[in-house]
Amino acid sequence: MKRIITLVVNGEQREVAVEPDLTLLEVLREDLGLTGTKKACNQGECGACTVLLDGKPVSSCLVLAVRAHGKAVVTVEGLAENGRLHPLQEAFVTYGAVQCGFCTPGVLLVAKALLDTNPHPTAQEIEQAIAGNICRCTGYVKIIEAITAVAQNQNI
Amino acid sequence: MNENYSYIGKSLPRNDGLEKVTGRARYTGDLKFPNMLYGKILRSPHAHARIINIDTSEAEKLPGVKCIITAKDVPATKYGLSPARWDETIFCIDKVRYVGDKVGAVAAIDEETAYKALKLIKVDYEVLPAVFDPFEARKEDAPQIFEEYPGNVNTEIHLHFGDVDKAFKDAYYVRTDRLDGQRTYHAFIENHCSIAYWEGDKVTLYSSCQSVHYLQYYLSQVLDMKMGDIRVLKTYLGGGFGGKLDPTGNDFASIIMAKKTGRPVKMSYDQKETFYNGRGRHAQFMEFTTGVTKEGKILGVHGNIVMDGGAYTGLGVASAYYAGSLLTVLYDFDNYKFDCFRYVTNLPPNGAQRGHGQPQPRFAFESHLDHIAEDLGIDPIDIRVINARKPGTTTCNGYEVKSCMLKEANELARDISGWREKKDNLPAFSGIGVGNGGFVSGAGYSMYRNKLPHSTAMIKVMDDGTGAILYTGAVEIGQGSDTVLAQMAAEAMGFPYENIKVVAADTDLATHDFGAYASRQTLMSGWAVKRAGEKVKQQILETAADMMYDRPVTAEELDCREGIVFLKEEPGVTKTFAEVASAYFIKKGPLVGTGSYHPGKLGGAHKGAAVGTSPAYSSATQVAEVKVDEETGEIHVINTWDVHDSGYVINPDLLHGQVHGAFYMGIGESIWEEVLFNDKGELLNGNFGEYRLPTALDMPPVNSIILDSYEPNGPWGVKEVGEGATTPTMGCISNAIYDAIGVRVSSLPISYEKVWRALKEKKGKEGKPQK
Ligand code: FES
Ligand code: FES
Repeated sequence: MKRIITLVVNGEQREVAVEPDLTLLEVLREDLGLTGTKKACNQGECGACTVLLDGKPVSSCLVLAVRAHGKAVVTVEGLAENGRLHPLQEAFVTYGAVQCGFCTPGVLLVAKALLDTNPHPTAQEIEQAIAGNICRCTGYVKIIEAITAVAQNQNI
Repeated sequence: MNENYSYIGKSLPRNDGLEKVTGRARYTGDLKFPNMLYGKILRSPHAHARIINIDTSEAEKLPGVKCIITAKDVPATKYGLSPARWDETIFCIDKVRYVGDKVGAVAAIDEETAYKALKLIKVDYEVLPAVFDPFEARKEDAPQIFEEYPGNVNTEIHLHFGDVDKAFKDAYYVRTDRLDGQRTYHAFIENHCSIAYWEGDKVTLYSSCQSVHYLQYYLSQVLDMKMGDIRVLKTYLGGGFGGKLDPTGNDFASIIMAKKTGRPVKMSYDQKETFYNGRGRHAQFMEFTTGVTKEGKILGVHGNIVMDGGAYTGLGVASAYYAGSLLTVLYDFDNYKFDCFRYVTNLPPNGAQRGHGQPQPRFAFESHLDHIAEDLGIDPIDIRVINARKPGTTTCNGYEVKSCMLKEANELARDISGWREKKDNLPAFSGIGVGNGGFVSGAGYSMYRNKLPHSTAMIKVMDDGTGAILYTGAVEIGQGSDTVLAQMAAEAMGFPYENIKVVAADTDLATHDFGAYASRQTLMSGWAVKRAGEKVKQQILETAADMMYDRPVTAEELDCREGIVFLKEEPGVTKTFAEVASAYFIKKGPLVGTGSYHPGKLGGAHKGAAVGTSPAYSSATQVAEVKVDEETGEIHVINTWDVHDSGYVINPDLLHGQVHGAFYMGIGESIWEEVLFNDKGELLNGNFGEYRLPTALDMPPVNSIILDSYEPNGPWGVKEVGEGATTPTMGCISNAIYDAIGVRVSSLPISYEKVWRALKEKKGKEGKPQK
């Protein structure tokens, strides 16, 4: 039996009718057309599907949509505000933290959650924060550089 | 070298960066078409079994199921790389050959229904004995997997150049070492996905693939269709590393089911299925014997390799040749013998993974070379410098190496890593190691016999001259080819980089190119783009010649840079590219330039001589410093250095990104990664939780340095980086660990457990009284 749930997605209230076993990932991608959130391992192991749920990063492939009822969701599509890229997005381009880009949305959101709670993390804290996100292309080197640059508020 | 360039030699930001950081970039799995069905592949639960009967009647009754196909519904044409080893069919016909082998497919209104339908299909199997190890496979009484491969021998190679026996006789010292590799997997994050739809008798296939050309070719062969009736394209692609080069079950099945149902069909692999699809690194079992002079100069090498091929061949035959062929490139020696057996086993097929067949033999040889150096009392870097190939030489197996700065790479790596101070002076259980590597800059011959150019490109200037579109068949898989090629187009045309759009990897809309494999695009696609850009520029200059003054000038008196045409003698006299281009358009119609590239005839005449040929070879030295925990065997890679001889570098940041990623993959394969199976051939770790990919916490710093090198065979002097950079890593890590603990863990991955055991054994031995 479908249930109607309400989500605040990227600041906008959305209503969706969902089966109880549907994941937040599927709702975002299939019902709301927000395909920036990536589906990869679909079992909580790679971080590609990360979104912010009430400000905290979660693997949306592990969250049942009904459990997100009433909560605020931020996806990569919601990172830019009023047409202005989030500093992390800018830095990821400038510092070459993006290769194939498949891990990028998830990593960006984890990085945002980190900087929102800890604006000046150490290198170790950055590594720890993104340790749940697999990136096969970059070896994380430039991802860490980009996050560090934003944290240090460097010109990007 | 002329460093006075506008758009190349510069770390311009990627032209797809914005799309990717905003989530707007659509990958194949993000696409939807009206009325689209979802397909899934039916897979074998057995490693080796005869198919007795398939009953789809229950599944067909399930509401929402629209199509079920098995071998009887699809062409039986065999495909693969070399005709003698075409051994794969769309679906298994008589036998299944590994757990996960493809038996049929279902299309339904959603994935869930398709999964349910798979469960309702009844397949009766007669289970056959299976074999999972090449050394078992070669035994006389081993189960035979293919009739056409007696003794399960899939590929057998015996090459001999010079006289190795004589070299060993003349040698001051001869040593043999055996080292083993493991099965690894590309582990790109985006699983394979295909979407097919038909319009009349023409089909369009979106596929997450590394070469639209080869896929179009394979499809036309297997489905018996004209290439012109098949359009293959890809959108954004989430990593490939060699794993998206062979056609997948999704490609064939989506096309066939879309035809049968008259609806678009989308098929995605889940994570486990991408592991089933396989095509990753072969496990190689390698024995090297080398004879050297007292000074460490290599006189002759004999390589003897056994490979676990898995169930089918695909690109695996090339992997086997690559395993031995490229060994001759880095070090200069005249006598070389290579023997290799690739056996089929009842496991997922192995194929090409970053560096193709070479990284494991390179690991073995680099480890072996360190032992030789140690026995002779020579420093490991010194022995590499002594043997490093010189530019402008030809290998004993017939490869012409125009540029080579391996010697300089070793010397610089030595200096920047503090090698001299550290070697033999580090505390106990700390170590430093070196490894060399390199790769072809594109394969000299294409994957099937043809006379086609390897790359072509076309540039069309917009009617008003304010923009240009670069059409290329090169495939952007994350490495940055769209960016690098746009930089090259801009430079060749004298036109702003930001005003160039790229239309790539679409057999209808873009131009022909063999695609992303063998590290070929910067050099080969680059040549085509450069030539296309220069033709556009020439036409601009000719048109401008009548426009500059009241008197006409000649095109030779003009140049064009950054969108401005100017008189070379009087740079103040200018016209914009746009005004000249629009004048051209008004007079003659579209302003188009095309370019094409073929490497010409390369290499010797012996069997297999084609594999390993290339217009150019990269080289690189890596050094790593490690610390090993004596109690637990845990390995910490503390710092690493990479010095690269990559020719002229179009985009340094992208190059460093390739080095980081290559090092990352290499470190994973050195210490953690291995695809595992149980004794029934079932995958044990086909997921990112248990297939141990390094995380950000495991990744050491990488100091990546580019040498100032120039390759005469490359456009502007370029050569490759993407694959070569992964080839030194395993040897380098292996040597660093050896330096730290004083015993060689002779098999990959050099896991904590193996290190711990090796240390324990060593202690045991040391504890025993001397005889
Ligand atoms: S797709 Fe959710 S963690 Fe991998
Ligand atoms: S950029 Fe490709 S997986 Fe991270």
